[in-house]
Amino acid sequence: MNTHGIRALYLFEMSRFWRTLFQSIASPVISTSLYFIVFGSAIGSRMARIDGISYGAFIVPGLTMLAILTQSISNASFGIYMPRFSGTIYEVLSAPISALEIVIGYVGAAASKSIILGLIILATARIFVPYEIAHPVWMVGFLVLTAVTFSLFGFIIGLWADGFEKLQLIPMLVITPLTFLGGSFYSINMLPPLWQKITLFNPVVYLISGFRWSFYGAADVSLGVSLGMTLVFLILCLTIVGWIFKTGYRLKA
Amino acid sequence: MQSIISVSGLSKTYASGFQALKKVDLEIRKGEIFALLGPNGAGKTTLINIICGIVNPSTGVVRVDGHDISRDFRAARSRIGLVPQELATDIFETVWKTVTFSRGLFGKPPDGAYVEKVLKDLSLLDKKNNKIMTLSGGMKRRVLIAKALSHEPQVLFLDEPTAGVDVELRRDMWEMVRGLRERGVTIILTTHYIEEAEQMADRIGVINKGEIILVEDKAVLMEKLGKKQLTLHLQSPLKQLPPELAGQPLELSADGEKMIYTFDAQNEQTGVARLLRQLGDLGIEFKDLRTSQSSLEEIFVALVGART
Repeated sequence: MNTHGIRALYLFEMSRFWRTLFQSIASPVISTSLYFIVFGSAIGSRMARIDGISYGAFIVPGLTMLAILTQSISNASFGIYMPRFSGTIYEVLSAPISALEIVIGYVGAAASKSIILGLIILATARIFVPYEIAHPVWMVGFLVLTAVTFSLFGFIIGLWADGFEKLQLIPMLVITPLTFLGGSFYSINMLPPLWQKITLFNPVVYLISGFRWSFYGAADVSLGVSLGMTLVFLILCLTIVGWIFKTGYRLKA
Repeated sequence: MQSIISVSGLSKTYASGFQALKKVDLEIRKGEIFALLGPNGAGKTTLINIICGIVNPSTGVVRVDGHDISRDFRAARSRIGLVPQELATDIFETVWKTVTFSRGLFGKPPDGAYVEKVLKDLSLLDKKNNKIMTLSGGMKRRVLIAKALSHEPQVLFLDEPTAGVDVELRRDMWEMVRGLRERGVTIILTTHYIEEAEQMADRIGVINKGEIILVEDKAVLMEKLGKKQLTLHLQSPLKQLPPELAGQPLELSADGEKMIYTFDAQNEQTGVARLLRQLGDLGIEFKDLRTSQSSLEEIFVALVGART
């Protein structure tokens, strides 16, 4: 295994993260904090408790997950798209490094960034909203699993996109709506019966539900189903990435 | 001499249907400087990109130091350094970071002293903390060379290395390439500057329309295909060539002051002595004479022209 190669890719990507600290950390932390201030502290105090949890505390897992999803996709897609766009991908393709090692380097760095961001957001949320974490190990597990899975998804988008517009297309038109409609701000039990069933087709529901369970021990869907669906999505992404490297799709002529 | 790169039956057809390479066979000898010449779209870059792993071949086998580029890609690629045609660099990074990144990517442990030496050899050491975006085009080209050398390759591909660089830098690069060859690195370069190949290469390969049409030692090639010319500066200008000289490969310059005789230096009878005798008989005197051999560029144009 080319461990020096993986390390080089990982550190190079992380270097970009530290170089663009405001865009990478400050911007998502500030925008998520605004949600905590408006929906948690200001409006949340006047809203009814959900499943015995204050509204401000209820939205913490969902909003953290929203930031992790969008940042994982953004970090990973940008990470692999930029070398393709600038032409520097030639070096990665000509290096003695396997497809798996390339994925570990790029996706590992993108997931690391998201995990760091998620932990900072959780720490910031504590300033505005009091909350507890009932199952911290599961919380970290879901955080890592989600970051890795959606970084892989972002990696696929970065390989598929042939322009900056496409790079933004899926996150803006698919992921953000799915996250908002996936129970970030409400319990799906609050929806009419038909919409409750339709919502179950939204994969983000399972991520938020599982993550929220790790905080409060209560969730819209069972822990096993949440974990299973996340793993299914992870395996699907791995399969697509494997196919891309095998065929050279958008990478090699 | 032992081959370091062996290409056998290599073909490449792109998805568009364009056939860039047609059953190419090529052996590159260890330690030589090999110049690959060809017009635009001849298949030079495709050939290099396949050997380096950037483009998938359609058919054929490529071995680098005995290692198959597909089955044993790690061993094959770790021996190769590539300087691409385009100035593709991460412009926001510093010279030092981008070169150490390349070394790590190719599986080598960090070695600050070696990277420093590479930068020093390329006159980049004082720029090591500069962001690449602040460097000139020539300096960026040096950074690409430093990146390609960072993992101590045995084979260095230079795809149009001096395109767009000034004469001084070009000569510096020639010196650097010769220095690398002295250290045992095999160099394969593609170039549009025939002068570059003429100055540096040990052997020349000519590729046209995806086919290798010639591989030859440079000296042998120039001897074999090079025509010689004898130019006579006449004492008194002539209005036209005398009829006694008709039928010979002889031309008169527009001003009538020079007579140019083209001959094949390889022939036993070049005809030079006979021509000089005839001129003496005709009373045509000359004040100076000079011989010249056709350049590699003329040979190249003639070769490619004959195939189109």
